Amino acid sequence: MNKQAGREPVLSVANLSVEIPTRQGTLTPVDKLSFDIEQGRILGVVGESGAGKSMTGNAVIGLLDPPAHIAGGEIRLKGRRIDNLAREALRKVRGKEIGMVFQDPLTSLNPLLPIGEQLTETILEHLPVGKTEAQNRAVAALEEVGIPAAAQRINSYPHEFSGGMRQRVVIALALCAEPSLVIADEPTTALDVSVQAQIIALLKRLCRERGTAIMLITHDMGVIAETADEVAVMYAGRLAEIGPVRDVLTAPIHPYTQGLMASTPLAAKGKKRLSQIPGAMPRLTDLPDGCAFNPRCPIAKDKCRRPPAPNLDSGGGNAACWYASGARS
Amino acid sequence: MLAFAIRRAFQSFIVLLVVGLVAFSMFNFVGDPIDNMLGQERTGADIERLRVQLGLDQPFPVQYYRFLEGAVQGNFGISYRQGRPVSEVISERLPATLELAFVSAVLAVIFGVALGVFTAIRRNGWAANTIMTLSLIGVSLPTFLIGILLIYLFAVELGWLPSFGRGDVVDLGWWRTGLLTQSGLKALILPAITLGLYQMTLIMRLVRSEMLEVLRQDYIRFARARGLRDKSVYFRHALKNTLVPVITVTGMQLGAIIAFAIITETVFQWPGVGLLFINAIRFVDIPVMAAYLMLISVMFVSINLIVDLLYFAIDPRLRLDRRGGEK
Repeated sequence: MNKQAGREPVLSVANLSVEIPTRQGTLTPVDKLSFDIEQGRILGVVGESGAGKSMTGNAVIGLLDPPAHIAGGEIRLKGRRIDNLAREALRKVRGKEIGMVFQDPLTSLNPLLPIGEQLTETILEHLPVGKTEAQNRAVAALEEVGIPAAAQRINSYPHEFSGGMRQRVVIALALCAEPSLVIADEPTTALDVSVQAQIIALLKRLCRERGTAIMLITHDMGVIAETADEVAVMYAGRLAEIGPVRDVLTAPIHPYTQGLMASTPLAAKGKKRLSQIPGAMPRLTDLPDGCAFNPRCPIAKDKCRRPPAPNLDSGGGNAACWYASGARS
Repeated sequence: MLAFAIRRAFQSFIVLLVVGLVAFSMFNFVGDPIDNMLGQERTGADIERLRVQLGLDQPFPVQYYRFLEGAVQGNFGISYRQGRPVSEVISERLPATLELAFVSAVLAVIFGVALGVFTAIRRNGWAANTIMTLSLIGVSLPTFLIGILLIYLFAVELGWLPSFGRGDVVDLGWWRTGLLTQSGLKALILPAITLGLYQMTLIMRLVRSEMLEVLRQDYIRFARARGLRDKSVYFRHALKNTLVPVITVTGMQLGAIIAFAIITETVFQWPGVGLLFINAIRFVDIPVMAAYLMLISVMFVSINLIVDLLYFAIDPRLRLDRRGGEK
């Protein structure tokens, strides 16, 4: 990725590995992952369920559920290492510098607290303001995410809002302490199709206004195409391909990305039967040697079935494949 | 909410009527009290006189009506054994039981909730595991055994605390309390622990499992992702969400504490209504038994009513109808 030199990325992840010790041995749901997100940019992270997308997001914000833990690599936020921070220091990063939006707005809000209280407690925790000012900011935050009559709704409980409205409240909560990075973990999956576009547009507008970077985790290629600047494709815990969104979507070079694109319905493609990638993603307990995609890959050769697994350098910097076709410059 | 309260109050009333019927039928089916009250040397005339005096010569429905009429006014007739009004006998014993039950319940709730939260947060710590193991003893040992063990240890071996009775009491006119004297407080410790231990372990295990359940919820993850302090996550966000089931069980247990005080009062010779009831059974003192039954059921029913109303205070989702369709 050719970015202006000297500008420091907001989030820089290098060789990140997450491990889960189990009785059957150690699983590696995230395996030597590297990517950067620059200020105000949106990185889409795509992949099948279980590819390690959410695990990566949780690792960045420091919310891995034990026994999962970061086993290697570095996470830097604006140049400062955050993967080895103490518990209390990490807590101060969460919410203040990294905001997070979860998948299901129906369960993300505490049902027993008015939304205004949930906003003010977050603001009071992170910003040096008094109670009155925190309340004013809470109202302003709700107005910004498009809650009508915000000043009156501040004392409403979550169940008094619809799903889309609740996700707006969740976004207001994630952004109310003005973080420089937002991790949005499938923010529209649980919503009505008609509401999805609104929520994505809202998230995009707010982050552009503030210069907030977004790590957008999704399995919806349409959302990626509309929203993201860069896209990272994950497969079995590893990065398969990364690059500017237009390049990856129109000219994918990793066979997995190619298969993924071929199986995405597009109006322009006509009524042809959708192709599909044969087989299923291997379970973490029995990953094949070499490239994790080799059992399903149409162009796999002997080299792919032997260690070491290919990394981004193997495919010219953009794709983890020995035989990536049509490598981009 | 008002409609709900009225509906629940009506249901409670039906329950009390049924209990009243059961309590009343004892008069007819549990032996003949006349046998007990008059000695061997009785004459037929004596029996007849007493029968009329006690109203036992009337037909069944009339007796039931009189019983209900009296019960509503707090008049349960005259104790067969003591020859004094039952209401008087019970009201002089009631403070002892209520004080014991109240102190036990407060101890059970405070320690139960605190230990429950602690064992949930430190799920795999050695302290939490030790507490959980010990709590099995509290759940499985019968109350009388705990009482006897405590007496043996603290009264017999160590001699720190009295083994029976209520100590000195202060008469406030309508209420004789043991909470104001040192010996009264000392006498209260062992029975209160004995009575409250089971409830405490029950509340603790319930709070723990509810906490573990709530801590898995998305809004707890989200609260953490917002960078809130542990204290706030655990007590403001998690604990409040565990309260509805905890209050239900605690309410029912509060009734049970008063009812099961019988055993504790027997072990410690605590001069409360439980002990009174045991003695009443021994002498087939049916008016006292019936009054006790009614008293306990009134307490159970009113506690349950209060618990139902408390849900509204805790969970805003139940208050929907009051806000009138606002969406």
